[in-house]
Amino acid sequence: MTFLLNVVQHNSYADSVALMRLSDKISGSPGVKEAAIMIGTPANKEILATANLLGGDGQSAGPGDIILAVRAVDQNTANRVIAGWESELNKKAEGLSATEIWRPKTIRGAFEQQSDASMAIISVPGPFAIAEARKALTRNLNVLIFSDNVAIDEERAIKEEAKSRDLIVMGPDCGTAIIQGKMLGFANSVPNGKIGIVGASGTGIQEVSCLLAHMGHGISHAIGVGGRDLTEQVGGISTLTAIDLLEKDPQTDHVIIISKPPSEKVCSKILSKIERSSKTFTVCFLGSPLLQLSSNARQATTLELAALLAANQEIKPINSVSKNTGAAKRILGLYAGGTLAAEAQIILIDHGFSVTSNAPVPGALPIGSGNLQHTIIDLGADEYTQGRPHPMIEPSVRSAPFLKACDDPTVGAILCDIVIGNGAHANPAGLLISLLSDLDHPPIFVSVTGTNQDPQGRDSQMKLLESAGCTVASSNAEAARMAISSILPA
Amino acid sequence: MEEIGKVIDQANEQALGVLLSGEPVLVDVVLAADVIDGLKEKIILHAGPPIKWNKMCGPMRGAICGIAVFEEWASNLNEAEKLASQGSLEFAPNHQFGCVGPMTGMTTSSQPLIVVENQHYGNRAYCTINEGLGKVMRFGGNDQTVLERLSWIKNELAPLLGQALRRAGGIKLKPLIARGLTMGDEMHQRNVACSSLLLRELAPHMAAVAPETETLARAYSFIASNDQFFLNIAMAAGKALTDPAYGIKGSSMVTAMSRNGTDFGIRVSSTGDRWFTAPVEMPQGLYFPGYSESDANPDMGDSAIVETIGLGGFAMGAAPAVAGFVGAGAASQAGLYTKNMAEITLGENKSWTIPAMDYLGVPTGIDIRRVVEANISPTINTGIAHKEPGIGQVGAGVAKAPMACFQKALRAFAEQMGVK
Repeated sequence: MTFLLNVVQHNSYADSVALMRLSDKISGSPGVKEAAIMIGTPANKEILATANLLGGDGQSAGPGDIILAVRAVDQNTANRVIAGWESELNKKAEGLSATEIWRPKTIRGAFEQQSDASMAIISVPGPFAIAEARKALTRNLNVLIFSDNVAIDEERAIKEEAKSRDLIVMGPDCGTAIIQGKMLGFANSVPNGKIGIVGASGTGIQEVSCLLAHMGHGISHAIGVGGRDLTEQVGGISTLTAIDLLEKDPQTDHVIIISKPPSEKVCSKILSKIERSSKTFTVCFLGSPLLQLSSNARQATTLELAALLAANQEIKPINSVSKNTGAAKRILGLYAGGTLAAEAQIILIDHGFSVTSNAPVPGALPIGSGNLQHTIIDLGADEYTQGRPHPMIEPSVRSAPFLKACDDPTVGAILCDIVIGNGAHANPAGLLISLLSDLDHPPIFVSVTGTNQDPQGRDSQMKLLESAGCTVASSNAEAARMAISSILPA
Repeated sequence: MEEIGKVIDQANEQALGVLLSGEPVLVDVVLAADVIDGLKEKIILHAGPPIKWNKMCGPMRGAICGIAVFEEWASNLNEAEKLASQGSLEFAPNHQFGCVGPMTGMTTSSQPLIVVENQHYGNRAYCTINEGLGKVMRFGGNDQTVLERLSWIKNELAPLLGQALRRAGGIKLKPLIARGLTMGDEMHQRNVACSSLLLRELAPHMAAVAPETETLARAYSFIASNDQFFLNIAMAAGKALTDPAYGIKGSSMVTAMSRNGTDFGIRVSSTGDRWFTAPVEMPQGLYFPGYSESDANPDMGDSAIVETIGLGGFAMGAAPAVAGFVGAGAASQAGLYTKNMAEITLGENKSWTIPAMDYLGVPTGIDIRRVVEANISPTINTGIAHKEPGIGQVGAGVAKAPMACFQKALRAFAEQMGVK
């Protein structure tokens, strides 16, 4: 036996879709056989009758009434349903709570919404990135391609197209840029200033812009060009365009160029572009041999040196040790930032160490060449990031090798980077020190790339690291030097 | 490549211009046989792309049998079914004869049709008169009450409406629809404002020509009790607006979207009468008491012609309540549907605006390229039929046009444009 209950609200009206939604909420709840709320029009009463829901008061209801109809296992359940509906119908509207904001789904839609835009940021799976970039270029937008996995010939083609339209393509795989103070991708809160940066490397731009900020210097623009821009195949198209842009920018006095060593051809193109420029330059091709530079340019072998030269700071000569064999234990570097890992290798090599790495700079060796080598690992390299976020976003990829290193009696010092800022993990230092509790470990040397204006706060990250017994250096280069001193006999 | 892009953009501008410059006017109600060439004995026009009897869904079969009895080609439903399965009845899409029809969309020679004339281009389009809610032929209903209602429509209502319209000198639909949009109609699921506005304009003329007051009272009460009365008129307007946009070389604008309950089909300006089809999807929605999704028939009807001209799902922002049919859709979110449709259309219709969206013109002129590129399929507001014939409407909701139709159309279009 079931119990049918009809309750009529006289002289009432509610929207039929709203009533259907209320009905839908109840259908399928325990004990309810069938339930509906409808306006009492003849057509609706026919529907209710067909569903075996019309009875008692409902039969006499008219088009100006609302019928609440329920058939349930017992009277209590029916009463409960009706009471629930009545309170829903009388409930105060929540207003425009959590109104969803429309987001454009296409470049065209975005452009129509903001037709004065001058740049598009593209972050889609690699195989589709160029097609989207092309759409942006045809709308006269400069393009930042965050995506990686783009074929190199496509990279060249899209950069040539941009050049023909007097636009620039930053990337693919451009993780960092600061344009007119706007941070794009992974970037740090640094002051505005007169130094422009052109970088084929994200963490390189971050480290240099932060070191400059610590010395009181600001950035006009930091233009990322993508890690392959200075290769033979791509030809440095975006680097050359970026230099032109900064040349024309009245705010920029000095330009820093950061990259892995370029191909010889591309290098000479860039050096002759520098020679014709009215601005001064710092050229930091990490791992490059000595360059023949024009008088308006100086070469920096490390990121630290690049920042010092650009800031016109006194450079103290560093005594490099010839063929250093005195160390009994080895340095193991575990890096989130690829260029920071490169800089560490260069400093070790400069001190006469032989170094292995999964991303070796010129002069370093691939991993597995010989025993007891100093090793610098780039945890952002493909073999670590396949199918997972970059360690700057999710540093936990460092945990396993870090714990292994703590347990390794041959390791005399662990070298790490902490990269904070826009886009980075909320508390990378906290994550690192959480591994250290109750653990015997070799001395840990670490630096924090970032500023106090970043959401994570450089000082508070440094304090966390110090409180856990880490040695915190003022720069990545300094951390590497401290690690070196620590393993050398006193 | 860039050259081809310019050619297409120009052709689309022209096609959209044709769509936007049309002037649909409701002018008459006439007998199908008198106006549709080739609509002979035992030919049944149906909704959607072409379909054979053995592929038809339940409601479509039910409607075929019902209409065959109504036309007296068969004396009962069993006999009608036999005729159909033997191949003695001929089937063709409404769209190929200047017609459209909601749901099953039955059009046959002795049915009255409303006539909408596009007075800018001189073409006419036709649709049957909306039968009301409940058990009706457009949802596959075919019993005695359904057939009797059809007879009354044919013998009493249609002549009255025809006379009244002629006396009125036609009723301009563009301003009427514009007004309906400002009153919460989107012309697919909501037609209550336009139905009322139309009746208001027609009433004096109907009164003037009605042979007796009882006839008039029946007609008024029939129209007044059917919130969807205007749907068929909006559909005929859609057909009248889109027909002149066929055959514009290089245009990738959609000229028809339609479903027969089995397949969804679209047509594109430059490819003319060719259909691009894919299996039709299930609507998502809310159900009348006693029914659930397991009773539902897949998406059906020529009514998606209203989305083709920027109404229905494209004008969701004008009819916030309709957004409630979809998932947790809050009324305040209705505009998002309209904005998404702007991603796949060529422009706005400034004659039809949505007050709550700061008078945004309804997004109009679906571009197959944009649909495929953005991977956004057109949103279609729709009624839901019971999958068994003769039961009728069991709910209402929102359906998606299958992406495969647009992909097929795009390939054919590319081939036509010489793009490999």
